[in-house]
Order: sequence, then C-alpha cells, then structure tokens
Amino acid sequence: MTPKHADLAETFIADEPRTNWHDETLWMVREKRDKAAHGIPEWEDLREWGSQIKNHSLSNLSQYLKEFEEKATANGIQIHWAATGEEHNQIIHKIILKNNIKKIVKSKSMLTEECHLNDYLEKKGIEVVDTDLGERIVQFRKEAPSHIVLPAIHLKKQDVSETFHEHLHTEKGNNDPQYLTEAARQHLRNKFVESELSITGVNFAVAETGGFVVCTNEGNADMGAHTAPVHIACMGFEKIIPKAEHLAVFLRLLGRSAIGQPITTYSSHFLKPRAGQEMHIVIVDNGRSTQLGREDFRNSLKCIRCAACFNTCPVYRRSGGHSYHTSTAGPIGSILNPNLDMKANADLPFASTLCGSCTNVCPVKINIHEQLWKWRQEIVKNGYVDTTKKIGMNGMAFLFSYPAIYRFTGKMGRWIMRVFPFMTNNKLNIWYKQRDMPKPPKESFRDWYKKNGNSQKN
Amino acid sequence: MSSRDKILNAIAANQPDLVAPPTIDLDGVISYEDNYIQFKTILENIGGKVELIQDISIINNQLVKDKADGQLIINTLDEIDKQVVLLTSFELEKLEKVCIKGTLGVAENGAIWLYESQMINRLLPFICQHLILVIDKKDIVPTMHHAYKKIDISKEGFGIFIAGPSKTADIEQSLVIGAHGARTATIYVVE
Repeated sequence: MTPKHADLAETFIADEPRTNWHDETLWMVREKRDKAAHGIPEWEDLREWGSQIKNHSLSNLSQYLKEFEEKATANGIQIHWAATGEEHNQIIHKIILKNNIKKIVKSKSMLTEECHLNDYLEKKGIEVVDTDLGERIVQFRKEAPSHIVLPAIHLKKQDVSETFHEHLHTEKGNNDPQYLTEAARQHLRNKFVESELSITGVNFAVAETGGFVVCTNEGNADMGAHTAPVHIACMGFEKIIPKAEHLAVFLRLLGRSAIGQPITTYSSHFLKPRAGQEMHIVIVDNGRSTQLGREDFRNSLKCIRCAACFNTCPVYRRSGGHSYHTSTAGPIGSILNPNLDMKANADLPFASTLCGSCTNVCPVKINIHEQLWKWRQEIVKNGYVDTTKKIGMNGMAFLFSYPAIYRFTGKMGRWIMRVFPFMTNNKLNIWYKQRDMPKPPKESFRDWYKKNGNSQKN
Repeated sequence: MSSRDKILNAIAANQPDLVAPPTIDLDGVISYEDNYIQFKTILENIGGKVELIQDISIINNQLVKDKADGQLIINTLDEIDKQVVLLTSFELEKLEKVCIKGTLGVAENGAIWLYESQMINRLLPFICQHLILVIDKKDIVPTMHHAYKKIDISKEGFGIFIAGPSKTADIEQSLVIGAHGARTATIYVVE
C-alpha cells in the first residue's frame, strides 16, 4: 500500500524551520500573484473569459480535436493518439528506436511525469535529461518534482549545492544560487547542442491553426526543440482551445497566476517543423475522457497548470508536495488523481481544510474545494475510507442529528478537558499530535448566544 | 478500433452540451497613457534594458565594432550572410550577440513578437549570450488582445513572444538571470 498523505506530511513537518520556510516562501509567491492580479483592473473579467473559453472548448472537444489534427497534419506534424500512459510511452519509444536516438533532452511536462516516461525509458536503457533547472536538480537526487511550477521548492540551496558537487563537481560548500545556476547552464548547454530528440509539453493547442504554445522562463524548451532533429510534444487532450485570439486571455492569466509575472519570458508558438526536422504530437487520454463524463468533476479538465492553488493552500504549504504521492500534488492534484485511481488516492481529497482559497485564486474558476468535498462523498460511497474515519463520521452524524445529546456531549467534553486534561492530551488523541489542545471555553457558543444574542443586536 | 477513434468516441459521448464561447469586450481592458513608458517600466522590472533611439545606425556601428574585436555576432538588421540558417547548434553555441527586428511590443508585459523570418534561424534568440531586439515605437500595443489582432500565428512555422532575458528562481526562489537562454536582453525602441 502506498503511504498516505498524513504519514508523509508527518515526515515533512518533522523539520520545523524548513516547514516554516516552505510555508512562507509559497505564501510570498501567492502575494506576488495578488500584486500582479491587482494591477489588472479587468482581472475578474479575464478569469471569467478563461473559464468560459474552457467550458466552451470542453463542450465541443471532439470537433476541436479533429480540427486540430487536420490542421497540424497539413502543417507537416505527425499526430499520435494514446489512450493510456503506457501507450504514450510506447509511441515515444517507437520514435526513438526508428531514429536510432541516444541523446534526449526534455523540458517540463507534467504529462510525461503522469505517464512515468523517464522510468519507462530508463528500463529500456534510454536516458532522458530533464532540462528545467528544478527538474534537473530533483532528477539528480532521484526524487519526483514536489510542485508543478517550482519542482525543487522542497529543497534548500545547501541541498542543491551538495547535489551539484556530487554530479557536476561544483565547489563543495558553495551555496550561491548564481554560481549553481551557472554550473547547470554550462552542463545543460552541452546536452542541448548534442541532443537528437527534444521532448516538450504543450501549454495550449490551437484548433483553428493546428499549432501549439509552450511557455518557459528559462528557455530550455526552445534550446532543445530548435536544436534536436526530432521534436515530440506531449499533451493531454484538454489543452485544446479554439482560436488564436484566446491565447491572449490565457497568456495574461498564466504567468500572473503562477508566479506574479506579467508573462513568461518565452511564449513559443510552434506551427511547422523547421526544414529537415521531424515534429510529432502525442495526444493523451489516460482517464481524461472518464473525467469528462463525471459531471461533478469534469471542469477539473479546465486547469492550465499554474499552481496558484498550491501556493495558497494551507495544507500544501505545510505538508510539501511529496506528501501527495502523485505527479500533480496540491488541491488540483487531489481532484485529478482520484479519477486515475480512486483507491490509491482516496486520502487526497481529505488533505484539505475546504477553506476555498484554491477556488478563489483559480484563473479558470474551477470549483476546486467543492470537488474535494464531492470526492469525499464518492470515496466513502465506494468504501475507500479507513474504518476509524468511518466510525468517527457515523458517530458525528449521530451526534449532529440529536441536539440534546450533542449539547450534553459538548458540556462533558469541556468539563473533561478542564478537570482531566490527560484524557485528551495523550497519544491516543490524533488531534493532540504535533499540537497543543486549545483551552476549553467556559460555555458553548449556543449558551453565550442565548445570553448575549439579543443585546448584541441593539 | 484505433486509439484515436476510441478516444474521440469517448469524448463525444461524455462531453457536456454545447455552450457558447464568451464575447471578449476590449472596452473594459486596461489602457495606458503612454504605452512606451509602461513597456519600458515593465521590461526593466523583469531584467531587460530599454533604450529609445532615433536611428538604428547606433546599433549597427556598435556591432561592427564588436565583430572587429573578434566576437561572433549576427546582426539581422544588416546585410547578413543567409548561410546563418545552416549553422549548427555547435557553431552557434559560440554566438555572443544577436540583433533581431521584432514585429511589435506589448506594454502590459514587455513582450516582443518575433516571426521566424525575422530571426532567420529559430535557435538564434535563445542560444546567443546577449539578445538585442529592435521595435518601432509606434508598434507598441497596450495588451496581448491587441497584439493577437495584429499578428497572424498561422503565417509562419514558428513565432514567439519574448519578455526579457532568460531566468530562473528554482534554487530557493532566488532570482538568477541567465538560465539557459540569453543572459541579457536589450531592447531598442526606434522613435
């Protein structure tokens, strides 16, 4: 059985200063997002447009995909369709074998993470070099990215320094980010110029042109794609948008929502392979068509992978991306992953306070916290919750149905906490773990309101 | 059944009823008193350099001098050797400076649109150490909406919005300019 979110989070928070740093750093990114969004008076209109374009795209998706395929093929791009992650990997492997490719560079693509492409190819003896700096760092460390935009956000510069010392022979103990980035630049430039295949993701695919857009700040997608004789772009089918003019809306939303930047440094629009180059697009389903059929959850497919919901989430910030044990962590991952495997990911929709902050920052207005709540119900209905949780929930349901018993139990609880604190402050009470119990109030809110409710109104 | 048909059939069966796309009304969209000032402010915030010039001869003269000093320079504004398109990435890795004329600039975010025909070789704006871009002042539009009205992304095989130099903050969120692409981006705006 895979370890659960709560257990993995426990490991993460064992280092308190690091947890605090993680929390504060991601909150700083959230604040940068706010500042950028507030600089655009029509921000809420933009979100509404983004949301409506995506709703429209999903409602006409089969047509748009056919249109995209037709246009892209006419532009000289080879289109492949993969029903599963496994098929996606096989398609790429076939292209590698056909061209006798040894040297592969890959820019960030959460889809290839979802399909475990690197592991698949590694088992066939083929090495893939991740070229996004954060991804290269975690690849050296044989870890998974902990954040979809900031893959190495769980690490400190000392960790990176040690990793680079081991793999790139940088000076021991030199923790300067400038120095370390320069070392990676030199190392990866060599990889780019000798690459035979470049794999990239796709941020947006435009039905009316058959072209696609890839966004990076580092320039790694372009360094690979314009160097290697073969380029494979991998996309989930939900990346389709109808028209070129819609890119304006999404490029205005993406960078600002992700890291508070007015736009990513490079927004590359690929339409045709360059002379002598071979270009492929792999369009992947892998559970997406099932999600499209789930009325309550289908609009999770509107996601543009900005990770604003990660940065604002009080649970993500304090538990780290690896505690979600999936390629896409955070609130959006917690509504996407149960669709892929409800049993293995049954814990994720519970890794939330349902505070709704994710929904408030989402640039395409996905009702994330409502879907988390709905997934909980699905998961319980399907019998995928722990017995202890089930008993507890049934107990709560009973208690809430009988106000007299509820009031009596509340009174008892407050009395016990006051008189016999050891009965709650012990290891058997999971609420006591890693935190102190609150001081019991003298009276319940109901009692207080009965006394003061009327006078407060006047 | 092929995977293609399987996927498309499943999507057709599961997609919701058709809803209309939004009408994007540009009346409520941000505008600036001076597009150039906004463009310059934003670009300088994201690590770029912006200079207003009267005449591109300043750039040409500087690049001629750099070339004479032995640096590998490609100036697409000047009479250039069209063989550039054939240079391999190994050769281009030594490229010090590239100068390219852009189609337009965007005031809200400091981005500049380049068509493939303007960069001649797709790799040039990324592999060079220092990127020099030139636009006409009259070609600065307020927002991305206005930009997409002026460009045609289906006209050429490749095109790009570039906003400033290459950068990363992947190590502890410390901003470092010069990740994989150009270390500096200088934008000359011709009056």
